[in-house]
Amino acid sequence: MTDHDHSHDHDHSELSDIQLRVRALETILTEKGYVDPAALDAIVESYETKIGPKNGARLVARAWIDPDFKAALLQDATHAANSLGHVSPVGSHLIAVENTPNTHNLVVCTLCSCYPWEVLGLPPVWYKSAPYRSRAVIDPRGVLGDFGVSLPDDTEIRIWDSTAETRFIVVPMRPEGTENWSEERLAEIVTRDCMIGTGVPEVKS
Amino acid sequence: MSNTIHDMGGMHGFGKVEPEPNEPVFHAPWESRVHALQRAMGAAELWSIDGGRASLETLPPHIYLEASYYQRWFLGLEKRVVTYGLVGADELAAGHSLRPGIKLKRTVTTADARKPPVRGHFERPAAAPAKFQPGDRVRTVEMNPATHTRLPRYARDKEGVVEAIRGCHVYPDSAALDVHDENPQWLYTVVFTGKELWGDAADPTIKVSIEAFEPYLLPA
Repeated sequence: MTDHDHSHDHDHSELSDIQLRVRALETILTEKGYVDPAALDAIVESYETKIGPKNGARLVARAWIDPDFKAALLQDATHAANSLGHVSPVGSHLIAVENTPNTHNLVVCTLCSCYPWEVLGLPPVWYKSAPYRSRAVIDPRGVLGDFGVSLPDDTEIRIWDSTAETRFIVVPMRPEGTENWSEERLAEIVTRDCMIGTGVPEVKS
Repeated sequence: MSNTIHDMGGMHGFGKVEPEPNEPVFHAPWESRVHALQRAMGAAELWSIDGGRASLETLPPHIYLEASYYQRWFLGLEKRVVTYGLVGADELAAGHSLRPGIKLKRTVTTADARKPPVRGHFERPAAAPAKFQPGDRVRTVEMNPATHTRLPRYARDKEGVVEAIRGCHVYPDSAALDVHDENPQWLYTVVFTGKELWGDAADPTIKVSIEAFEPYLLPA
């Protein structure tokens, strides 16, 4: 934020002194007993450390090596995720959608920023940005091009607009050349973008 | 609100998507505080998740576009704490509490906050059977409510196919106005062709689905 004359009224259309206003609001809410700063610290830590795309990558890697798990994941992703003890808990209503040679899935929230954060962490800025939200539903190939992803001309692209409290995770196709890989090694190539649909897993030779 | 700036699907002119390599979870400490304040105040259940969304959607369009994501969250939260009588405008101006707070239904303790965050549950018992089944052709309603809705403009008055029933869920159009008015409705995944949404010039290989609540749908 830039230096600024703070003598003016706190006009709500003013964005430049946001840091001060956030601090003031936290002070007021704390003084009133609505929030506890230590609890706020713990919330921040939780979002920074306990959730993230590693949780989702574990689900995908397991699905790649275990057909029964894959079937369960595609049937009810919340239940399947919670059946794995080593992934942090997932609330309702997670839906896994599978990429195939014929269909590529892409997830967006055109209205706000809905995102499966229990399995992918908090969404990146681009996911919440106007360019992505506006274009994903009308020009998905253009959007994929912004990520350096090019699909065959006849691949169907299915866009999932997250307009309710259902949440979507893409199960990408397992790349060739990974036949003997362990689950842990497979999980390493499942990036966040692969599970949104703006990336595909890559095997570096 | 309904036809406000947040409803961006299909708009032109915003430019390229710009991924940031190795993006941090938060870009500044104040962003993390806004995030935590939002979570902590949500626990009081004075507003629904859609009531929260509505407070962002009703920001003036130029502010909505100029603000960063967490700036928007902050402006919405600041508006809500005043609207719901938790904080006075005089207190925001003073930067301090000037009177005792009201009693909240629930506050977040440090012990609560240390648990892994898990989403809330939005599925509710149904008052009636689902009207539609997978495979049914449906047409979305034409509507332009002045209040919150989750039927995007680009998918109004369009014909599509029900692909799945997702259960009966809290209805955002009602709960946004009153957290106690959950008015549960059946929720469906409805798929549209690119041509139906965008016309003859649409990419013939795309299909778009929305998650549509039953009041958004008519038999086609």
